[in-house]
Amino acid sequence: MKSMIAMAVGIATLASSFSVLSAPNSEKEVNIYSYRQAFLIDPVVAQFEKDTGINVNVVFAKKGLAERLKREGKYTKADLVLTTDISRLMELKDKKLVSPVESSIIENNVPSHLRDPQNQWFSLTKRVRNIYASKERVGNIAITYEDLATDKYKGKICTRSGKHPYTVALVSSMVAHHGEAETEVWLTKVKENLARKPQGNDRGQIKAIAAGQCDVSLGNSYYFGNMHTNPEQKPIVEKVNILFPNQQNRGSHINVSGMALTKYAPHKADAIKLMEYLTGDLAQSIYAKVNLEYPVKPSVEVSPLVASWGEFKEDELPMIEIAKHRKTALMLLDKVKFDL
Amino acid sequence: MFIQLSKKWPAFSWLLSLLLFLPLLAIVWQSFGDDQDVFAQLWATVLPDYLVNTLLIVLGVALLSAVIGVPIAWLVAMCQFPARRFYVWGMLLPLAMPSYVVAFVYTDLLEYAGPIQTSLRSYFGWSNAQDYAFFDVRTLSGAAVMLALVLYPYVYLLARTAFLEQSQSLVQSARLLGCSPWRSFWRISLPLARPAIAISVALVAMESLADFAVVHYFAVPTLTTAVYDTWLGYGSLAAAARLSVVMLAVLFILISIERIGRNKQRHYQRGSGQEKVVRHQLTGIKGIAASVFCGVIFMAGFGVPFISLLDMAINYFDQSWNSQFLEYSFNSLLLASTVALICLIIAIVLGFFKRLSASKSSDLAPKLASTGYALPGTVLAIGVLIPLSLFDHGINHFFESFGIDGPGLLLSGTVFAIAAGYVVRFSAIAIGSVESSLNKVSPSIDMVTMTLGLSPLKMLFKVHLPLIKKGCFAGALLVFIESMKELPAALLLRPFDYETLATYVYQFVSDEQLEHGALAAIVIVIVGLIPLIFLNRSLEQQD
Repeated sequence: MKSMIAMAVGIATLASSFSVLSAPNSEKEVNIYSYRQAFLIDPVVAQFEKDTGINVNVVFAKKGLAERLKREGKYTKADLVLTTDISRLMELKDKKLVSPVESSIIENNVPSHLRDPQNQWFSLTKRVRNIYASKERVGNIAITYEDLATDKYKGKICTRSGKHPYTVALVSSMVAHHGEAETEVWLTKVKENLARKPQGNDRGQIKAIAAGQCDVSLGNSYYFGNMHTNPEQKPIVEKVNILFPNQQNRGSHINVSGMALTKYAPHKADAIKLMEYLTGDLAQSIYAKVNLEYPVKPSVEVSPLVASWGEFKEDELPMIEIAKHRKTALMLLDKVKFDL
Repeated sequence: MFIQLSKKWPAFSWLLSLLLFLPLLAIVWQSFGDDQDVFAQLWATVLPDYLVNTLLIVLGVALLSAVIGVPIAWLVAMCQFPARRFYVWGMLLPLAMPSYVVAFVYTDLLEYAGPIQTSLRSYFGWSNAQDYAFFDVRTLSGAAVMLALVLYPYVYLLARTAFLEQSQSLVQSARLLGCSPWRSFWRISLPLARPAIAISVALVAMESLADFAVVHYFAVPTLTTAVYDTWLGYGSLAAAARLSVVMLAVLFILISIERIGRNKQRHYQRGSGQEKVVRHQLTGIKGIAASVFCGVIFMAGFGVPFISLLDMAINYFDQSWNSQFLEYSFNSLLLASTVALICLIIAIVLGFFKRLSASKSSDLAPKLASTGYALPGTVLAIGVLIPLSLFDHGINHFFESFGIDGPGLLLSGTVFAIAAGYVVRFSAIAIGSVESSLNKVSPSIDMVTMTLGLSPLKMLFKVHLPLIKKGCFAGALLVFIESMKELPAALLLRPFDYETLATYVYQFVSDEQLEHGALAAIVIVIVGLIPLIFLNRSLEQQD
């Protein structure tokens, strides 16, 4: 009997919490589905809320948000999707889940190669696929992605899983530049050069280099920068250099985080306001200073730490090309059993 | 069984099972998409390796959990040794640890760049990995050990419940007839507990089959990896769904093997386990050995990770303290306890149906309801989302046909979706737990009760529920703790501005900064522990 009463109380409380949540909200709001961690967008969002009085709500998940958006259809509460990778942006467009945004503000802020030709998505920040290298054993050298397949690096390379979106994007760009057959050879050789099976995260690769388990690793500029801000990790990351590959030819591979307006956005006007805000000076400089990313708006400066790594040439292969070769890239990674 | 149930009970049971089976059905339906080439391509390259990895992980974790869980359960239930009273609940604590946290902590400690290997190198003057041999934690066996360390409490809890519910007179008779304690364990206690052990090991197997976080972090690709690769990478939900169905098939084969092995054995007990347990006194070296064994497992599964978390939480307290912890804790607590209750009720309804129904098909109902547990969390979440959003769309269309605005996403856009996801995922645990207790109640009790003129419902409340109280508690407790830690379904299904402790921790873990989420992870553990200790006391009441 007791359990029956407890159950009734539980269900009643749960039901009341539904009704609170589904109650119509009269205040202005924008709802975001975010593939980016909520705490990373908090600083920008908080500033936006302060400046405009518009309330921003976020649901963060790494997987399945596109599927959820699709299932919710025209009843969705989500206005905006934020992603951390070009392929997610293209997926949203391909599944016809987003709508174009015509805004001269955004178009002025985001260079054309970093947004969709039909304005269905826009990049917000750039991340470089760098090569981390041991200061002691490798030094500050000119390096290319292609070099990783040479005998010089036999048993010297660490990397995270080949299936990580950033690695997949890099492989896609290799396919775009060199074709499928050559990329397969490259991948096979890189795999043979690995010091250990692909594992862990980007910070883990830096730690492995610092500890001497390997000499070089593919990695993202963001994590390298972030370790400098952590007093415990700073001594580790200081043993490692961040290199910008392929400076002599096409430039370093970049990936983008971005945003798109959902097709059925219930708060469209305010959502576009937020989109414009995110590409503006203030938001872009928060991205640069707090998250140590490369802003897309050319006039906004990177953080002093990031600036200390020097200027670099970026691979200007259109983002669409990278997304186009994604399946081939994945197939090749499976074919050479990169992670196994 | 030949007791006539009214029509309502079977109908309700079938309805419940089918509702719980809907998400899987949605996934199966998805799997008939037309992405044959992705599947064929995978099969030709990595899938055989993944399949082998999966089998090894599942078997490894199941075996390890049994090897750890059963002896501890027996020691704690039937023997007296130093610190036993602490271990009674202490051995449950690893359950409160999210497995991804344990994996994270141990790789940090044990990897090449970690403190242990680094200090070994500096102490012995080794300069690189070639100078010495150290086991690699990021391997298949490493992942199996990690998973077993947090999952063995299932086996421990259900086996201990089984040992406690065993009629003491049987063991006592055995001892009087000259059996040594060891022999009475092998010949009486263990065979009697076998159904409970089998059920708990099956639960462990299902959980490790569905695991993604640990194997992913350990770079051991399994079928779950392939599911996510095909879905998110190749963009084929159909191929992913097909793989999930393959996974379930693997599981059913494993479970059937055990069922066949047990064949038609049935053991019932007259006693209700209410008699006073006379514990075998372990003295001297034996007692110390028992205590040390429990202690080592306790430290490995709980102590070490907890201390690491504590260390991180203290170091990063200023950055990680968040005034909303209380709200998140409340969300987690309310959700977990509601789900635990619902699962328990489902388990009792289905268990009782299976017991009393005359038709053999009643066996199928609890099985259908249990399938959700073996699906990878995010896939299950999609499976839950499909029927819920169909329902929501239907309701809204209905309203719109009268020219009125519909209520919006009534089910799929609210906490209901998470609760539904949890219930689908975890009812298997409650069902298994209740079933293993119910199995031990002799059918003659049912007959006597019916002869005395009680209706089935009255019989349930007056006779069976008191007899299977411990199993019910154990089941609800397990569901509660799993719900506290649950991640994928909560992440994907939550409404705006709704955060549980687990989703809060995950954003830091996923950005490679467990240190900032450590404090919240400790709150998960502590909030999970309180009911654990409380409920454990009711398990122990008859001691």
